[in-house]
Amino acid sequence: MPTFITDPWPWYIAGPAIALVMFLLIFFGKTFGVSDNLRTMCTIMGAERYSKFFKLNWKNKIWNLVFTVGAVIGGFISVRFLSNNQEVALNSKTVSRLESMGFEAVGQSYAPSELFSTEVATSFLGILFLLFGGVLVGFGTRYAGGCTSGHAISGISNLQTSSLMAVVGFFLGGLIMVHLIFPSLLPFWNNI
Amino acid sequence: MKIYKLLKFFLTGILFGVILGKAEVISWYRIYEMFSFESFHMYGVIGSACTVGIVGVLIMKAFNVHGLNGKPISFKPKKFSVPRYLIGGTIFGLGWALTGACPGPLFILVGYGYFSIIIVIIGALLGTFLYGILRKRLPH
Repeated sequence: MPTFITDPWPWYIAGPAIALVMFLLIFFGKTFGVSDNLRTMCTIMGAERYSKFFKLNWKNKIWNLVFTVGAVIGGFISVRFLSNNQEVALNSKTVSRLESMGFEAVGQSYAPSELFSTEVATSFLGILFLLFGGVLVGFGTRYAGGCTSGHAISGISNLQTSSLMAVVGFFLGGLIMVHLIFPSLLPFWNNI
Repeated sequence: MKIYKLLKFFLTGILFGVILGKAEVISWYRIYEMFSFESFHMYGVIGSACTVGIVGVLIMKAFNVHGLNGKPISFKPKKFSVPRYLIGGTIFGLGWALTGACPGPLFILVGYGYFSIIIVIIGALLGTFLYGILRKRLPH
């Protein structure tokens, strides 16, 4: 495999390629938006009984579930056949700050083992952290009516002010987490 | 929908997974670095996707491009509201920065072999369910 494939792809390849994915879905008569699948999955599991919000004909959404299964397979292909390693060339400032917080092997894989290892995923506090993070993602995207693909990419591409508002929220939340909440969560990590 | 009609969505999904995986967009570190303003990478990815997207959508509208189904391509703008997008967006942003993943990357990371992410996905399903139940009591 040539190195331009196995090396990490630069932003100017990735960005336009993501736009291409959106164009393909528009051309197929659909809208790009991954978080909608979470709602569909709730419907399939019977959430309709508890809220009308989940009353929808999920058969019209199968295309998006199939897209998502494709994304999982795409991830597998990417790591198994198109990459030599998962090293992330981070800013040295980012690396040293995370190291000062107690993170080890920063940037040696896509996600820190301090947060995502099997040990974390099998400990009580770890499961609580992973679930809580997921609840924020699921609740927030549905409240805002879309996630990064639906608002930041699709909505902005269509120049929708509501999507711009949502993206402002995404960044507000992200900044609050990284600068205010995350540092004070450190004692919590040490207990996992 | 017939199986062969679904194939194109499957292939597009694979493309999506490969792009986000290879560009490190699914990396927790990249998200942390982005919110620390210490790398241009993520801004470049999102910014160039939007720039190409805006130009492409304008062209599609200007030339009245038709989709595969023969109908003109359509866009359904969302109803404008401040609290809904700002509050909902902020809650999502908190989760995005904490888990380092938005919904697309959540699934791609499972393909990468990060199985603990399945617990985050279960959490995201719970969060979606919670929104469905509380929806009428929330400002929109």
